[in-house]
Amino acid sequence: MKLDALTASNGEWLKGTGPEADIVMSSRVRLARNLAQYPFVGRASDHERSEIEQFLRGRLTRVPTGATLDYLDLGALEELDRQFLVERQLISREHAEATGARGVAIDTQEQVSLMVNEEDHLRIQCLHSGFDLEAVWKQVRSVDDEIETVVPYAFHDRWGYLTACPTNVGTGIRVSVMLHLPALVITRQIDKVFRSLHKISLAVRGLYGEGSQAFGDFYQISNQTTLGRSEEELISQVADVVPVLIDYERRAREFLVQETEQNVHDQVSRAYGILRTAQTISVEETMQLLSRVRMGVLLGLLADVDVADINLLLVRTQPAHLQKLRGAELDTKDRNIERARFLRKYFESGGTEAN
Amino acid sequence: MRCQQCEKQAMFHITELETGDVREIHLCEDHARVYLNQAEGEGQADEAGGAAGTLGVGHTAEELSQLDQKVCDMCGITFFEFRNQGRLGCPHDYVQFEQELEPLIANIHGAVEHAGKRPQRTAVGGDEAALPQATEPLTRVIGLRKEIREAIDHEEYEEAGKLRDEIQHVLSAWHASVTPNVAVEHSEGEPGQSEEGEAGRDAGRPE
Repeated sequence: MKLDALTASNGEWLKGTGPEADIVMSSRVRLARNLAQYPFVGRASDHERSEIEQFLRGRLTRVPTGATLDYLDLGALEELDRQFLVERQLISREHAEATGARGVAIDTQEQVSLMVNEEDHLRIQCLHSGFDLEAVWKQVRSVDDEIETVVPYAFHDRWGYLTACPTNVGTGIRVSVMLHLPALVITRQIDKVFRSLHKISLAVRGLYGEGSQAFGDFYQISNQTTLGRSEEELISQVADVVPVLIDYERRAREFLVQETEQNVHDQVSRAYGILRTAQTISVEETMQLLSRVRMGVLLGLLADVDVADINLLLVRTQPAHLQKLRGAELDTKDRNIERARFLRKYFESGGTEAN
Repeated sequence: MRCQQCEKQAMFHITELETGDVREIHLCEDHARVYLNQAEGEGQADEAGGAAGTLGVGHTAEELSQLDQKVCDMCGITFFEFRNQGRLGCPHDYVQFEQELEPLIANIHGAVEHAGKRPQRTAVGGDEAALPQATEPLTRVIGLRKEIREAIDHEEYEEAGKLRDEIQHVLSAWHASVTPNVAVEHSEGEPGQSEEGEAGRDAGRPE
């Protein structure tokens, strides 16, 4: 089955490759689109929702998007499998938790994901590892163009592409870049950075979109407006600020090494020590510690760990991944024990054998 | 935690630091967006009343309640329902509520005109007046489908059949008005063909 193949693979955004991948985890662009001849998802009857799903499903799998697409009927999937796709960033949390006819087409590279009947009829998402917005946009644009040859997207001369929520109208674009900013967190500069981002109307949220309480110092920066500027301009709005943030983070890391070397080395080593020896550990603590270790590796303070390993562990220790890998459903308490076991085993075997 | 402005979950937890005063604000994504935009425009915007507050500018309570009763001809959503849910009902709402939406959209985006990519459709015969990019003609199908449900509800099957033909007509007309390589295919699973039976069950859906 398709999902099991995904469990065994590593996924696109955690490859740890691409430009500036030490700080930029991933680059993503999504477009919101709707069919002109149907009500929006929230207003559609169950019957209409099924028709929309069938209409899109048939076309999406036929369109030459340049990728091999697999279609998953989300209504037919177990909750655990849907949660797994959320952790993988292939569907949104809302899409996983919704009811009714809905699905997702995913390419085998895990770069393209086409969500059907999310808040809008269609959400086209493309995700790359590292700071790669230009290539992501090129890909998303060509997929969108291909689909548009067989799907009448709702479009208005003045308002552009029409969306269920007026906050997405126009281009329907959401550009986001996920950054790992541990040194800015440790040096307490992160709030200042966020305030300045809000001032230029960019949004900041944590990994897995859990509001501003980001676990493990992973933050997603994205545009907030979608109308009145071209897609390229909106992408630049995000892309232009990234090098600045990278620079801040690098300087903060340098500062930590120069001013508090023993201190930061100690923190990193302790984090690594806990991950290798804990008997029970929560997902929050795991992410926090992996974040510190990741920074330590990049600062050359830990020699025997690879950044790609850390990226992999960040996802594989998430609740659904852990259960899929274990092949059993576990409650929180047992998950914490299994997570600790998984981590110990991973580090003992030097990352070669994960189970 | 709930948003302070509506029933949705608060996704943004904003800490405002003003002259030594610390204030915590919890908002859903939409209200946070409005809030942050307003914080930007300082002075010109009204109180942080969210989307609803924005609409209230320059309207009396009476005007506002009249506005709330406006209904979309296609999907039947009222402006009041939209204000409550923050989600529109169908693409035609942008036409039907254009005037009402304009201040709201201006506030969210700081703009009222699309400047991005457009459908690459071209009209057959290059008829500029046909505005092949805009899909408004197709949204009529939404209203027709609603009428079919009502007809079936009243056991007016002949009427339902006529409406079904009309849907086919609208889709064919659209099909004929755009260049073939980008046209809507309506050979399979197109609306109107499988309405009967199942549509009856949907018809009683609460408004």
